[in-house]
Amino acid sequence: MSAAGLREPLAARAALIVIAVAYVALMLLLPLGAVLFEALRGGWNAWWSAVTDTDARESIKLTLIVAAISVPLNTIFGIAAAWAIAKFDFRGKAALIALIELPFSVSPVVSGLVFVLLFGAQGWFGPWLQEHDIRIIFALPGLVLATLFVTFPFVARQLVPLMASQGRADEEAALTLGASGWQTFWRVTLPNIRFGLLYGVLLCNARAMGEFGAVSVVSGHIRGETNTMPLQVEALYNDYDFVAAFAVASLLTLLAIVTLVLKTLLEWRHRGELAARH
Amino acid sequence: MADVAMLGARGARGRSPLPGLGLSLGITILWLSLIVLIPLAAVFVKSGSQGWHGFWDAAASPRALAAYKISFGAAAIAASINCVFGLLVAWVLVRYRFPGRRLLSAFIDLPFALPTAVAGIALTALYADTGIIGRFLEPAGVPIAYRPAGIIVALTFIGLPFVVRTVEPVLVNASSEIEEAALTLGATRLQTFGRVILPGIAPALATGFALAFARGAGEYGSVIFIAGNVPFKSEIAPLLIITQLEEYNYAGAAAIACVMLLISFAVLFLLNLLQHWQQKRGT
Repeated sequence: MSAAGLREPLAARAALIVIAVAYVALMLLLPLGAVLFEALRGGWNAWWSAVTDTDARESIKLTLIVAAISVPLNTIFGIAAAWAIAKFDFRGKAALIALIELPFSVSPVVSGLVFVLLFGAQGWFGPWLQEHDIRIIFALPGLVLATLFVTFPFVARQLVPLMASQGRADEEAALTLGASGWQTFWRVTLPNIRFGLLYGVLLCNARAMGEFGAVSVVSGHIRGETNTMPLQVEALYNDYDFVAAFAVASLLTLLAIVTLVLKTLLEWRHRGELAARH
Repeated sequence: MADVAMLGARGARGRSPLPGLGLSLGITILWLSLIVLIPLAAVFVKSGSQGWHGFWDAAASPRALAAYKISFGAAAIAASINCVFGLLVAWVLVRYRFPGRRLLSAFIDLPFALPTAVAGIALTALYADTGIIGRFLEPAGVPIAYRPAGIIVALTFIGLPFVVRTVEPVLVNASSEIEEAALTLGATRLQTFGRVILPGIAPALATGFALAFARGAGEYGSVIFIAGNVPFKSEIAPLLIITQLEEYNYAGAAAIACVMLLISFAVLFLLNLLQHWQQKRGT
């Protein structure tokens, strides 16, 4: 089986490994290090005062609020979509899946633009909204809508293949034993998919908190009011306040690292339950 | 993505005795329409509102054409680079065992997790003339930051995981029997790679390319800090949309967005064909 000819010579193997590791270190690790290095360039005190600055604190709060609204909504949608698609047969299922994944292939800027076209001053509903003094664009609702759009497929695409691979025998058994539909969902389906669900929510949340292009279009960039953390990073950077920009960026980097660690742990511990992912 | 489509399509056979189809499908279609379909339709309606000539003037202005060329050109170059190094990384991760392999694997997804604006300023800090990398490249006559080359660097960063994660499962599943047969028939390892292994993973590689390309063409956050953003030289299409919006030229912005959407839908369609091809080959 393991004939020598089936593997590359040791020197070739070593060279390939070194190139791969060096490439990843140069392309991925170095930028990560650069953020932390630049953030702490002015020392811990400068870092601390940058991340506790009023505008920075407001941007952190706004980012958390936007994620706290959009992630649960897309999670409920994702579970509903996966239940319909994975547990039932109906026509047009493939088309429905393609439409759900559509936001992945739309530029973030276009994802924000669509809501400006609908709700902006010159948009379809613009005049009506102005009459009734309702602000969507350049305000929290616009940020939430843009975030909902870009994070739309995350939970659904995680759960559809997982629930499809699990079939519906467990649910059928529960129903036969007299459980109601909701009981079956809460006590049978949800425990079966919990790690897949967690995985999807994790990725959805990372994108929701880190989204830049889409929210940039709808935000209006009012500091302390409509700037989320990534937008605050841009604002500080454009002011040449690099230490502060990288300090706020370092918080987002921490979020990325935590996301990666949790994601990797989930993959190691619950490989079986996430297996249908690929 | 087609894996999902395939699994979904064969998920459950026959009439399902489970409740909740109406409710779950209702929520799905309502939410899909409100958040995705109706807003996307607005782009097409708005760009049509100015008549064909108005649309064409905005969508095919010299500045817009230059921006498409930069966005799609840089995305194609970056995706090609990622095909080479992505394949190399995937190969090493699947075929070899070495200390730190799992850590390397975990790191590949960093571009998925790191906010694009953070990636943008980090890459700019590295590749500017004062940066750790730019300091050496600039005197060597290879300036990167604030030039089209910077766009390619940013898109290469963004696109790597798409290629690695698409090629990896195919390499895992590739049977060693064909490789053994090639060896028995006297092929060298390099010949085996070029004539046996590479054709087998070609569909996956093409899929990875298309995914990285599609993502790169629409990318904004990681690019604008490093690009320089000079019209006709280093101005990407998404930035031009924002410029038009800031000038309150909604129809112009919609026209450019419309072109970008049509191109990404075309790529998506090609992607589905590719994945169909991949499944038919049974890899």
